Amino acid sequence: MKNILVVEDSESTRSMMRTIIEDLGEEYHVFEAGTGFEALKMLPTEGFSLIITDINMPDINGIELINFAKTTPQYKDIPIIIVSTERSEEDKKRGLALGAEAYITKPFRPEDFQEKIRLVLNS
Amino acid sequence: MSSSKKEFISEAEELLGEAEEHLLELQDSAATGFNPDTVNALFRSMHTLKGISGLFGLEGLKDLSHAIEEILDSLRLGNIEVTDNVIGFLFKNIDILRELLKKAEQGNDFDVTPYLKDIEVFGQRRSSRQKQESLSGIIDEAIISVLSSYEEQRLRANIKKNRAIFIINAVLSLEDFDKALAELTEKIKKEGELISILPTSEDMPPDSIGFKLLFASDKRPDSLKTAFGIVPEQIAGRRAEKTSARKPQASLKSISTTVRVDIEKLDRILNTIGELALIRGTIKRIEDEFSGIHGHSELVFDMHRASQDIERRLGELQQQVLEIRMVPIGQIFLRLAQIVKRYSQEIGKPVNLTVFGEETELDKFIAEEIVDPLMHIVRNAIDHGIEDPEERKRRGKPEKGTIKVKAFQRGSNVIVEIEDDGRGIDMEMIRRKALEKGIITAGKKIDDTELTGFIFRAGFSTKETVTEVSGRGVGMDVVKDRISSIGGFVDVKTEKDIFTRVSLTIPITLAIIKSLLVRVGINTFALPLSSISETLIVSRDALQSIEGKKVYNLRGEMLPVMPVSEFFETGSHTHKNGYNESRYIVVSGYGERRVGLLVDELIGGQEIVIKSLGGYFEGLKGFAGVTEIGRHNVILVIDVETLTEEILLRHKGLVHV
Repeated sequence: MKNILVVEDSESTRSMMRTIIEDLGEEYHVFEAGTGFEALKMLPTEGFSLIITDINMPDINGIELINFAKTTPQYKDIPIIIVSTERSEEDKKRGLALGAEAYITKPFRPEDFQEKIRLVLNS
Repeated sequence: MSSSKKEFISEAEELLGEAEEHLLELQDSAATGFNPDTVNALFRSMHTLKGISGLFGLEGLKDLSHAIEEILDSLRLGNIEVTDNVIGFLFKNIDILRELLKKAEQGNDFDVTPYLKDIEVFGQRRSSRQKQESLSGIIDEAIISVLSSYEEQRLRANIKKNRAIFIINAVLSLEDFDKALAELTEKIKKEGELISILPTSEDMPPDSIGFKLLFASDKRPDSLKTAFGIVPEQIAGRRAEKTSARKPQASLKSISTTVRVDIEKLDRILNTIGELALIRGTIKRIEDEFSGIHGHSELVFDMHRASQDIERRLGELQQQVLEIRMVPIGQIFLRLAQIVKRYSQEIGKPVNLTVFGEETELDKFIAEEIVDPLMHIVRNAIDHGIEDPEERKRRGKPEKGTIKVKAFQRGSNVIVEIEDDGRGIDMEMIRRKALEKGIITAGKKIDDTELTGFIFRAGFSTKETVTEVSGRGVGMDVVKDRISSIGGFVDVKTEKDIFTRVSLTIPITLAIIKSLLVRVGINTFALPLSSISETLIVSRDALQSIEGKKVYNLRGEMLPVMPVSEFFETGSHTHKNGYNESRYIVVSGYGERRVGLLVDELIGGQEIVIKSLGGYFEGLKGFAGVTEIGRHNVILVIDVETLTEEILLRHKGLVHV
């Protein structure tokens, strides 16, 4: 079973990502967090195989979330995919520098998104 | 239109509404200087709109919101000044976006090239890109590396304005840090501009999370001390003045004023309070004896006042300890939401969970006790209540089922309602099952309320297919037992094809309850006062016997009555002529579930701390627990709910007159 935490403040984007991920197969379970705070609260509740996070969010942003996860012993091995727009080039770089495994630029094609997830989970 | 498209439209509309609100705010504050938060919020709504339009393939919307986002980015980065002219231009473009959205809803798109040109020209004319100074050397690299580019820009702008940059460290509980953070950020915003919140797990005790709050302010560190209670660490900006030049050690001190305490320690305090209450009872007795001997002397009066003081203070102390134990029920709802999400997905029934009253507080122990029953009820709702999407469609219901969970306080109870919009409970099925099990006899009239009550019986699972989670023999009977073990009760309302609503009535706090001590034969029992509505003194001949069952005419209604001794088979002092000497009726329950318990003597009121029977006696029916009255004098606390059930069962068919 693969528990995937999707952190994204736009509800429709979140549910679209859920649909795309669920299409990958039955073993994929999506957990949604609408803010960085929610993500912080959910992290200890499940064993996650993957975190997918937006950068631009209220309260704490994706970069700060990545930094938190990657510096916390029990989460540092969870791979992270950054989902960002082409304008946050600098932010994307920072996220990767902090240890995020991959990024994908919004908007994306569902197949590309799925491919990225498979890639990160299998590496 | 697909449901996700609908979701998109409504989110996009919301974003445009928000954007307009922020613009209005900007317009109002143009004279006094705008709030950077407002510009950033405006930017974010456009940014999100662009993102979702792209995902849904609406090119026109995406391109236009992208162009506006560029302008807003320059605005928030300080490359374009906020003027009335700019605000007017933005208003106009939001109107255009709204037009586009309306077209998109109807499935059309239109060419936005002319608008894009407009925006481009507008932006070029105003933009004055400023050279960005490097922050390295001024601020610790470790901090810069986790800031977003916007946060970095705000940092730069504040340093340029000669403001000081501070950091406050907060260590908070993982469970409810958001509340504490909200308070703290509120304070910071009064003193300056909050730039970033950085979570950290380094050197944190378990169940805790640390935050670094980075902010800018005009104020001096000393004057910030009044606001925060500590001197925040200044890390950059305006030079610290010589007088306060000593390195602030305060940064090591946590801003958090909360401590985490083992609930057992609070239990011990409550026990001590209980013992103090007993001592106060002794004092009261001595006081009474004194006044008997000395009459109403000055001394007796003083003593009386002092003992009343003790009583009041004890009450306050108890109240304060109980308050410490309170937690918001929202913590549980969060866990519930996860279960619903996962479980509904697993069995392929999409479900919407809406929760109300997350802020309702109840005792930590009780909160933990109701988690499992709540999970069970919710799973039941998904399993048996909510229909398959196809079936729902056939019945003209939305494909996605809805489960509403609501909590609110009523008196000294918290009511938790779990309502689903599913198929309701099938009364025919219950009737068949009850017949099968021999609980009812064929041809006897039984109303729905009574039938609903059967689902709380052990082994009364009506669902034929056994699913993974519910329907494994663990049924509503377990829910009922768990809830009544903490002094609460369960009620179910249902309407075929419309809804099922399970209501849990739970005491807010379990630790100390008011009780009535009664004597039955040679035994003393405690009855929780919350389950008692009144007590009556009755003469023996006022009790009538119908088919061997006792009833009492209570203001024109037949009240089923049973001697408590009969239930526990303890035997009471039976009179020669066969009559029971019991002369007191304790009335419990309400409405149709009102019954009378016959006891030998009412001893008096007493505050008690209920402890569970535990271990070997756990399954014992009829007792809610034990309590200590006085040193080493242990008595049993009666579970009124179970007795009520028993009496109603024994009197079934008799009293519905």
